[in-house]
Amino acid sequence: MTTFGNTTRVTLAALTLVALTGPALAQQGLDEPFQKPFKEALAGKTVAYVPVAMNFDLTEGWYAGLKKELEPFGVKFVIRDANWNTNAGAQAVTSLISEKPAVMVVHNPDVQTYAKLLQRAENEGIYVIQINMGSAYRSSAFVGANWVEIGERQTEAVVKACEGKSNKIAIIQGALSAAASAYTLKGVENVLAKHPEIKVVSSQAADWDAAKAKAITQTVLKQNPDLCGIVGFWDGMDIGTAAAVKEAGLTGKVFLTTSGGGERKGACELVKSGAFDLNMSYDVPTQAAQMAGTIKWLLSSGVKPGSVKGSEYTTLIPITKENADSQTACWNLSDLKK
Amino acid sequence: MKHFRFNQQEIVFAVFALLFLVFSIFLNGFLTADNMLTLLQNVAVLGILGLAMAIVVIGRGIDISLIAALAVPPGLVLQMVQNGHSLPLSLLTAVLLTIAFGLVNGWLIAYAEVPSLFATLATGLLLAGLGQAALFQLDVVQWSPGMNGFERLGQGTILGIPTSIVMFAIACIVVAFLLRQTRWGAYIYAIGDNPYAARVTGIPSRPIIVLQYVVAALIGCFAGLVMAASVNSMPTRVFNSTLIYDVILVVVLGGIGLSGGRGGVLNVIIGTLLIGTMLNGMTIMDISYAGQNLIKGVVLLLAVLTDSFLNPRNEETAQQGDI
Repeated sequence: MTTFGNTTRVTLAALTLVALTGPALAQQGLDEPFQKPFKEALAGKTVAYVPVAMNFDLTEGWYAGLKKELEPFGVKFVIRDANWNTNAGAQAVTSLISEKPAVMVVHNPDVQTYAKLLQRAENEGIYVIQINMGSAYRSSAFVGANWVEIGERQTEAVVKACEGKSNKIAIIQGALSAAASAYTLKGVENVLAKHPEIKVVSSQAADWDAAKAKAITQTVLKQNPDLCGIVGFWDGMDIGTAAAVKEAGLTGKVFLTTSGGGERKGACELVKSGAFDLNMSYDVPTQAAQMAGTIKWLLSSGVKPGSVKGSEYTTLIPITKENADSQTACWNLSDLKK
Repeated sequence: MKHFRFNQQEIVFAVFALLFLVFSIFLNGFLTADNMLTLLQNVAVLGILGLAMAIVVIGRGIDISLIAALAVPPGLVLQMVQNGHSLPLSLLTAVLLTIAFGLVNGWLIAYAEVPSLFATLATGLLLAGLGQAALFQLDVVQWSPGMNGFERLGQGTILGIPTSIVMFAIACIVVAFLLRQTRWGAYIYAIGDNPYAARVTGIPSRPIIVLQYVVAALIGCFAGLVMAASVNSMPTRVFNSTLIYDVILVVVLGGIGLSGGRGGVLNVIIGTLLIGTMLNGMTIMDISYAGQNLIKGVVLLLAVLTDSFLNPRNEETAQQGDI
C-alpha cells in the first residue's frame, strides 16, 4: 500500500514537471506545408457515384464508406442510381460527363456498355474509378475483387470437399456479361483444367436472381442427388441455392461456396446457419476505404485524368464456420451508416 | 365431313404433350415422380400469378402492377418482423396495404377510366418505388428469427407434395370457385365479353372491376408470400425482372385471349405446365441461358402462329380490342 502510494506521488510529480516544462521545450510548431493544398484540392469538389443499383449491401456499403471518408473534407457527393437498368446507367454517365464532376465512381453492369463513355469522361478531365465490376476500358483506378482468384479459391474448396465422393459439381453463374460472372467462371475453369476427375453436371446463369437459382438447383439436385459441391457466384443470389439444398435435405452433404461483400446478415449469419460452407468476402468497408484513398490521392496529385492507370485488388476474406463468429470477419451495414 | 377447328388452348396442350413425350423418351431422369414435383414446384409461383392475371384479363383488363403486389407487401412483412413487430401484425399491415393498392388500381380503371395498361404501369412503379424508398432497408429483405415457422408456406411437403404446389392447387380451386360458382364471376365474364352490354343489363360494372383488381392484388401478395417462404428472403427487385411477361405469357399461351370474356383456371394450368416443362427440360439438358431464351421464343412464336393460321381473324374478332 505504501509502495503504491509512493509510486503514485513520484509519477504525479514527474507529470507536473513535464506539464510545466513542455510548452517551453516545444517553443513553436513547424507548419506542415502539404495539408493546405490537400484541403484545397478536395474542398468543393464533386464526386459522382453510379452504382448498378442502390439498396443492397455492396452499394450501400461503398456509399456509406466513401461519404464518411470524403465529406469531412468538403467533398460534394452526388448519386445516380441506375436501379438495375443498364440504359439508365449509361444515360447517367453521359449526363455526368457534361456536368463535369471531379471524380466518377462507376460500378459497371457489364464489361462493354460503359467502356467508351468512361474513356470519354477521362478525356473530358474526369477521374474515373471503377469498382468491383470493371469494364473493358482501363481507367485511373480499378478497386475491387479479383474475380478470377475468387473463382479459383471457391473451386479449389469444392474440389477438396469432393475428394472421395461423386466428384459431381454444379455451377450457378450470375448474369453472363457481367465482369463478376465472366471472370469468376474463368477462375473456375482454371482449376477444373487441373482436375479432370471433376464432372460439371450443370453450369447455368441465374441472373443474380435467388428464385431462379433455387429453381435450377432443385432440378439439378433431383437429377444428381449425389452432387458433392456447388460453386455459386454471389451470396445475394445463392440464398436461393442454399434454400434448394436445404429443402433436399442435403445441407452439409453438398458443399456450397459463394462470394459477396461480407455484410453480417448476408454472409456470416448464413455461414453460421450452415447455408453456405464458404463465402469469399471482398470486404466492402475496406474497398470503400481504398477507393476514398485513391480519390484523395488523385485529387491532390493533380495528375491528368487518364494519364495514370492502376488497380487495387482487395484482399479476400474466406468466411467459414471457424471465423463466422468473430467480430472482424463481417461488417454491419447499420454501423457503417452511423 | 366434320370440320376440325383447334383453338389455342388445344394447340398449346398438344405442344405441351409433344414436348413432354419427347423429354420423357430422350431425357434421362425427366419422367420421375421427383422431377415432376420439382417441375411443378418451380412454376407454382408463376402459376399463382397467372391466376391473378387471368381474373383481370377475363374482365378485359390487364394488371402490369402484379409484380409490385408480389414484391412489396410480402417484403414489408419480412421487414416489419425484422424490425421487431409480431408476425400477425405484419401480415395484417401487408394485407391492408394490398387491399388499398387494389382499390387504387380499381378506382383509376373503373371510375377515372384510365386504360388498365397505363394505370397499372404507373401504380406498379409507384408501389415498387414506395417500397424501395420508404419501406425496405435493402432490396433483398432477409428472413429473421421472428418469421420461424412461416417458411412452411413455401418449403417442405404436405402428404409428400411440396407445399408450393399445394398452395398453387388451393389458389386454383379458390379462383375456379370464384369464377364459376359466384355471381361475381359470372359478371366478370359478362363485362369482359361486352362491357357496354353488361352495363345496360344492370350489372354494377364499376364496383365489380374494382373488386377484380383487389382480388388480383391479394393473389399477387399471396404468391409473394409463397415465394419469400420458398427462398427464405424477399428479393424485392424481382419487380425489375421480366417476370410480368412470363405471367402474361402463361395466360395468353394458355388460351385466355386478351380481348376478354374467355378462358378460366384450366387455361392457366395448361400455360404453366408448358412453361414448366420447357424450363425443366432445358435445365436438365444444361442448355445455356441464351439458348434457353431462343428456344422459349421459338416455341411461343410457333404456338401463337399456329393459332392465327388455324383461326384466322375476321372483321369482328379484330374489333374486339386486343392490346
